[in-house]
Amino acid sequence: MTSGGAPVTGGPRAGRAASAAGSRPTPHAAGAGTPVPVTPDAVADDVADAVERAWREHWSPVLGLLIGQFGRPDLAEDGLADAFVAAARRWPEDGVPSSPGAWLLTAGRRRVLDRLRAEAVHRRKEPLMVVDERTRALAAETTDPGAHVSDDRLRLVFACCHPALAPEARIALTLRFVAGLATPEIARLLLVQESTMAARLTRAKKRLAASGIPFATPPPERLDERLDVVATVLYLVFTAAYHPTDEPDPLRTALGDEAIRLVRVLDALLPGRPVVRALLALLLLQHSRRDARLDDAGALVLLPDQDRGRWHADEIAEGVAVLRSVLPGAGQAEEYRLQALVAAEHATAPTPDATRWDVVADLYAELEALTGSPVVRLARAVAVAEAAGPEAGLALLDGLDAALPTHHRVPSVRGELLARAGRPAEAAASFRAALALVHNPVERRHLEGRLAATGP
Amino acid sequence: MRFLVLLYEDERAWAGLDADGRAEVFRQHDAFSAAVAAHGCTIAGGEGLASVDAATTIRRHGDDVTVTDGPFAETAEQLGGFYLVDAPDLDVVSELVRLLPEYTIEIRPTIEV
Repeated sequence: MTSGGAPVTGGPRAGRAASAAGSRPTPHAAGAGTPVPVTPDAVADDVADAVERAWREHWSPVLGLLIGQFGRPDLAEDGLADAFVAAARRWPEDGVPSSPGAWLLTAGRRRVLDRLRAEAVHRRKEPLMVVDERTRALAAETTDPGAHVSDDRLRLVFACCHPALAPEARIALTLRFVAGLATPEIARLLLVQESTMAARLTRAKKRLAASGIPFATPPPERLDERLDVVATVLYLVFTAAYHPTDEPDPLRTALGDEAIRLVRVLDALLPGRPVVRALLALLLLQHSRRDARLDDAGALVLLPDQDRGRWHADEIAEGVAVLRSVLPGAGQAEEYRLQALVAAEHATAPTPDATRWDVVADLYAELEALTGSPVVRLARAVAVAEAAGPEAGLALLDGLDAALPTHHRVPSVRGELLARAGRPAEAAASFRAALALVHNPVERRHLEGRLAATGP
Repeated sequence: MRFLVLLYEDERAWAGLDADGRAEVFRQHDAFSAAVAAHGCTIAGGEGLASVDAATTIRRHGDDVTVTDGPFAETAEQLGGFYLVDAPDLDVVSELVRLLPEYTIEIRPTIEV
């Protein structure tokens, strides 16, 4: 659970936050967030909660079934969104149905069929997504999504994260289809214009249907590489929760929770996959620090200055336990495992001074050997500086400006290490170089503070 | 579903191959054809193309027709051949074309009219 009253779902609660913040209300935000006036408030709240819960539990399973039956991602999504609007209108009067999932599936089907009839009148022939006969028949027969959903949900994840889709389309589709976020919310989280995001989603849905991407789980011999793609998408969903913003945004915290929930779903559907387990551990450990990352004024608090009492100990314990279940391996799973081991070192150090920086530095060295990433080298330089002094760290920064020319963290870290090495003039020059590259207001303020403290 | 599989390569690559190299290319095409059949798919058509030196491009704007020698676009890699394959989905086709020689391959579903 999050503290401070932050919403714990990424669905309609986030939608409510979005409409409260003045964004355009979305169908589900309006439906879930607006109590119906004719009923007493308590009942309305109960119904709103029921709609929210239904959104969280049934959005992606029912969507999976509708796509499985009709092969039309676009109509399935519109039809289901309408079904939720209808639920928000009808449930306060008729009562919450005993099986909300079955109700939504039936309502969604009716609306998809209405749209298909309307298309038939216009004699348009839209491409269908590839669904094999057995899947189609099963999806069409299902009356309650409780029973058969797991397979369709998995198919939905793999379809949204198909390598034939552009990486940014994968993330947008996953947030829309699997997490159930509305277009304005996705646009806000991914820092693009709403119209851009709407166009991106429309294109992605069209491509999903037209390009021959199957609504299917990949064959065993391709499962690992496809899971790597899915894991990357879910990790990017998670990191979107940590774009630093000017003011605390409940939707972002909710997104971090949502990413973890999706990884848990994946872990439950495909148990024991190293890349999924390692990612789960990594996300739990990183997310455990969320309440200590910003101070009351919204300023970034760096790791050593964070109040460790505000870290979520239960999540750290779970992350460490999950991590123990992942054996050393290769590729993406190993990358996540090493990153999670680093996160675990920080999360389990009782005080900043007790951090085993030599262990952290060794882990980053392994990670750098595996990935060749200059960003990892930068992190390694920081760890080495902590373990062996600022000069040792500075030596590792050589060549990074060329590899990461627009990355403000290279001069920012260099400035920090120069300051510690007792070279204030050079440190100030580096902080100025970093300020010339930084875009984010939170990080800009931090750098300005460091420059002021370093002196002219 | 029917997919057009377009094979692009630098034409100099083929020109530079010796007899053994060309035999290997044919062997890989045969392996592809065999795998298509083994997966219950069919090849509805397919040809290798003469080099772009032999290409003619015709553009019509209303009654105005211009004929130029050469391919539609001058690029390092040129369309060198194609297959028309009936297969259940993109993943099956993507899997099968891995057996072909090293080309840049574009896969396009055809539309049902």
